[in-house]
Amino acid sequence: MRPLDYLVLVASMLGIAAYGVWRSRNRATLEGYLSGQKDVGWGTIGLSVMATQASAVTFLSTPGQGFESGMGFVQNYFGLPFALIIVAAVFLPLYRRSGVYTAYEYLGKRFDGKTRLLGASLFLLQRGFASGITIYAPAIVLSTVMGWDLDLTILGTGILAIIYTAVGGNDAVNITQKYQMAVIFVGMVTAFVILFLKLPAEVSAGDAFALAAGFDKLNAVVYSLDINQRYTIWSGIFGGIFLSLSYFGTDQSQVQRYLSGTSVRESRLGLMFNAVMKIPMQFFILLLGVMLFVFYQFAPAPVFFDHSTWERHVNAEGGASLRTYEAAYAEKMDAKRSAIRSWLDARSQNDQAATERTLNDIRAAHAEAQNVRAEAKAALLQRDPAVKTKDSDYVFITFILEQLPVGLVGLLIAVIFAAALSSLSAEMSALGTTTSIDIYHHVINPKSSDQQSLRVSKFATAGWGVVGILFALFANVVENLVEAINILGSLFYGTILGMFLVAFFLRRVQGHAVFWGAVIAQAGVLVCYSNLSIGYLWYNLIGCGGCVLLSAIIQSFMRPSDPSQSASAAS
Amino acid sequence: MTDSKSPKVSDDKPGVPGFPSWAAVYVFVVAVFALNVAFLSILPLIAR
Repeated sequence: MRPLDYLVLVASMLGIAAYGVWRSRNRATLEGYLSGQKDVGWGTIGLSVMATQASAVTFLSTPGQGFESGMGFVQNYFGLPFALIIVAAVFLPLYRRSGVYTAYEYLGKRFDGKTRLLGASLFLLQRGFASGITIYAPAIVLSTVMGWDLDLTILGTGILAIIYTAVGGNDAVNITQKYQMAVIFVGMVTAFVILFLKLPAEVSAGDAFALAAGFDKLNAVVYSLDINQRYTIWSGIFGGIFLSLSYFGTDQSQVQRYLSGTSVRESRLGLMFNAVMKIPMQFFILLLGVMLFVFYQFAPAPVFFDHSTWERHVNAEGGASLRTYEAAYAEKMDAKRSAIRSWLDARSQNDQAATERTLNDIRAAHAEAQNVRAEAKAALLQRDPAVKTKDSDYVFITFILEQLPVGLVGLLIAVIFAAALSSLSAEMSALGTTTSIDIYHHVINPKSSDQQSLRVSKFATAGWGVVGILFALFANVVENLVEAINILGSLFYGTILGMFLVAFFLRRVQGHAVFWGAVIAQAGVLVCYSNLSIGYLWYNLIGCGGCVLLSAIIQSFMRPSDPSQSASAAS
Repeated sequence: MTDSKSPKVSDDKPGVPGFPSWAAVYVFVVAVFALNVAFLSILPLIAR
């Protein structure tokens, strides 16, 4: 990065943070701090919900996913529109009518204090650790490729988010997210345009798409009923509804975003904005990855995209032999390039038979090049069994650093930081709000004044930021961190969603039944996890189903209660 | 995109031209989803 890149990066990130603090400087009341001025329109809510979900990993990993496996990953988002419709139609009006700050406060109104505390505690446990990965994941990639100090990168990201989130509260999060999303959109569109401009002159956009289709990279929808297929339309819709419902309906980092709307209408439209835009957005990011694949069919591609790790091993004792893989890969890529030129000629002459034949040649050459890449990774692994050979996270960042002009490199690095900050600030704000409202005000000091709760909210927000930073600083002790966090989320999400589904749809079930149903279901999930080896996403279903079923069964053994009690509490 | 200055509309109505109710908005969202899936399904064929 050149000085101009650093200027663009630092000015955009600090400028947005400072503007957010300045705009939200007069939030002196608890409500103003936690919910903002309740004057937020649907556009801001829509962008805020989108920014909270899209973390830095989205912009680092998703293009890599497209590069490696094509468009199939987009099916993961197929359940999201349906889940958002359910949240907008059912969850949102109930939250708004109850006048709650947090989703777990609703559980207290509908059931009782202990159920509220259980829901809040499960959220704090899961999201508190997850905020560490939000800081750590981009920091590890950026520090590796840029040569930055990892600890300083983590501290810089975390402290900036703490300052503007703790000072400005919910409004600062909303305001900054809007401009962070603007940076992200401008950066991603710019990268896409430059990518197309950098393709060889004789390769048209149509050729680029046809080449991608020839490698099966554009196969986005799989209708197979095979449950062993990782991404299909069916797992996307049914699994996706379930996951999105947990996330958007019960995770305070999202609930807080859409509850800040000026009315139910504005919040609903903000959610519907996401229901319509999310799939095209993910399509666009994956397509960027697919086009990166096309680009590297013509431009010199490294045998291993994590350049720093590769060079470290090459330059270490006995590592020179790795250079043979570089030469072999370059040779195979040259052969493939030659086949692609023949294919382009056949295509321009509209010769169907030659087009098919040369496409088969390309595929054969591609398979040989992929074999060399696999051998290079195996050799790397043999030298260091702890090395991460999945290098797709480094594809987009390699393109940014090697192909973009001065100034735009800074803008694209700003995209990654903007995404990290927008997710982190929403998480910290939600953790601070839940700690203040559901723990401090509800359990520790129920008679606290608004000013006391406001102070606690600010300290709790900053405190959770510090927890996130500490977790990120010591994250390298956990092997495969991203997976560890996903497992942790799956272990708790199901039970939390189960409690809310009981609250909304099983009106006769009361506090004791749902509390014990949730505790037993959660214990069951943990027992299953320590004894079974099933895919961790299934624990969402087990936790949710177990909680709903057990709550209903326990309630049927209890004395019938006055139904008006729950109705009045929840209305 | 609206902001705090957008005209006040009842929560019961979406207040979007052409949509008489929220149910109509939800049907529209599902229709957009169906179009997305249809487009993605034929994308490899169009691209070739």
